[in-house]
Amino acid sequence: MPTASPPTSEGRAQRYGLRVVALGYLALLLVIPVAIIFVRTFEDGLGPPLEAITSPDGQHAFWLTLVCVGIAVPLNTVFGILAALVLVRQKFRGKMILNTIIDLPFAISPVVIGLALLLVYGRNGWIGQDLLDAGIQVIFSTPGMVLATIFVSLPFVVRETMPVLQEIGDEQEQAASTLGANAWQTFWRVTLPAIRWGVAYGVVLATARALGEYGAVSVVAGRISGETETLPLFVENEFTNFNLAGAYAAAIVLALLALVVLFGMNIFKRKESDA
Amino acid sequence: MAANDATVAPPPRVSIRFPFGGELLSRGVVTLWLTVIVLIPLAAVLEHSLQDGLGEFWEAITEPESVAAIRLTLISSLIIVAVNATMGTLIAWVLVRDDFRGKGIVNSLIDLPFALPTIVAGLTLLALYGPNSPIGANLAYTKAAIVLALLFVTLPFVVRAVQPVLIEVDREMEEAAASLGASRRRIFRSVLLPNLTPAIVAGCALAFARALGEYGSLVLITGNIPFETQVASVYIFGRIESDAPTSAAAVSIFLLVLSVALLFALNLVAKWSSRHANG
Repeated sequence: MPTASPPTSEGRAQRYGLRVVALGYLALLLVIPVAIIFVRTFEDGLGPPLEAITSPDGQHAFWLTLVCVGIAVPLNTVFGILAALVLVRQKFRGKMILNTIIDLPFAISPVVIGLALLLVYGRNGWIGQDLLDAGIQVIFSTPGMVLATIFVSLPFVVRETMPVLQEIGDEQEQAASTLGANAWQTFWRVTLPAIRWGVAYGVVLATARALGEYGAVSVVAGRISGETETLPLFVENEFTNFNLAGAYAAAIVLALLALVVLFGMNIFKRKESDA
Repeated sequence: MAANDATVAPPPRVSIRFPFGGELLSRGVVTLWLTVIVLIPLAAVLEHSLQDGLGEFWEAITEPESVAAIRLTLISSLIIVAVNATMGTLIAWVLVRDDFRGKGIVNSLIDLPFALPTIVAGLTLLALYGPNSPIGANLAYTKAAIVLALLFVTLPFVVRAVQPVLIEVDREMEEAAASLGASRRRIFRSVLLPNLTPAIVAGCALAFARALGEYGSLVLITGNIPFETQVASVYIFGRIESDAPTSAAAVSIFLLVLSVALLFALNLVAKWSSRHANG
């Protein structure tokens, strides 16, 4: 990288100082704490963490997490692409309001999101009793946890897709349309390929949030071990029951998933800026 | 467009048919989804907070325990905003202007707090700053632990806001200032900082909004001691558990209005500054 002015010794010292401060801060805040968790988890060998994670409760938590993510992320992906198209390609009254509402899940505390669902679907909520009478339990059960996951991961795909749609413009869609393609053909062959990396980036972010959501899910789950416990809730439960090996092991699983997400983020971000 | 291009007429704009069943249907589906998932639940919180009248609402948010929780939340959020403004800008500067081995890895590490589940964040901080701290720094169940956890989860906001601006910034101005004899400190303060300020403010606002509502990373590390380490989100959770949803809803609405107002103000500032930059 060419630097225009020749570095003076004073400049070099300053630069070195700033680097030490930045890296030291990151080490103390991020790197060392995460590293310690890895060391502590495996200090007694692979046995204890493996045992904790393959316990019935651990396994159930893992599958329940996948169920929540597996429902919430695809739904929000379809919604996200649709909402981005509507907000970028259409003109209508109330667009600003719609645009603002999409950001709300970012501005709201997870606990408040949980409370909100409780007040609609809980026993004393708006429609909770009616649903219970119909044999549908939402709160303290999987549907409520899925709803909480959908709520918290809602904005990601919209927010990552909108700028890409804006940037590509609609000339190619115009051309396809002039050449006789119908709306679906244009979408599948022209629009979707052009926005795919933006969508992929949004999906990765949404997945990370959905996998790790604790607050909102914790309020609606009622924490029944082996029943309404996702991996993040399992971590907390093991920790408060002084089962550190279990807490660390589940945390490691989540941390490894986070590393995969981080890797995905880097790839998709690069693809997006290359495209 | 030049006159000799007149023979080549611009292609006529055709109206593209909207996929997903046309404009109206798709717009309806998006509105319906947002209403069911987001708006109805939030309306339930608002209704519940006011169901016993404004007097009860006011009482719920001015009762000593909730005042203490809200105050603690605001103060810790302001502290982390100040630290993030400085450290976030500094880290962004190092990542853009400095060059060293492993910079790419450090750069991707910045996003770790967004990828790592919040409960795991709390657990990891407890490993270094908890009762079994290898460096003998036990901050568990203190106010310092709150600040630490909030710093962890909000780390990326300012860095990621400042970084792209710093890459784009025109270095000629800094070089001109240097050739006129300005000191490095002076160049930073009078040339670089004014360019970065909008990005720093934007990152800080996002960090502040996040800190106001943060819950997961605080659960394990703060110990939830009323009047001591109980932040607003933990207080709301406690109210829900002790079956006092009306008072939980009131404090929730207070938090909500605060962070929505903040994000709204941020949008206005962004619009204002982009208009002035272009004008």
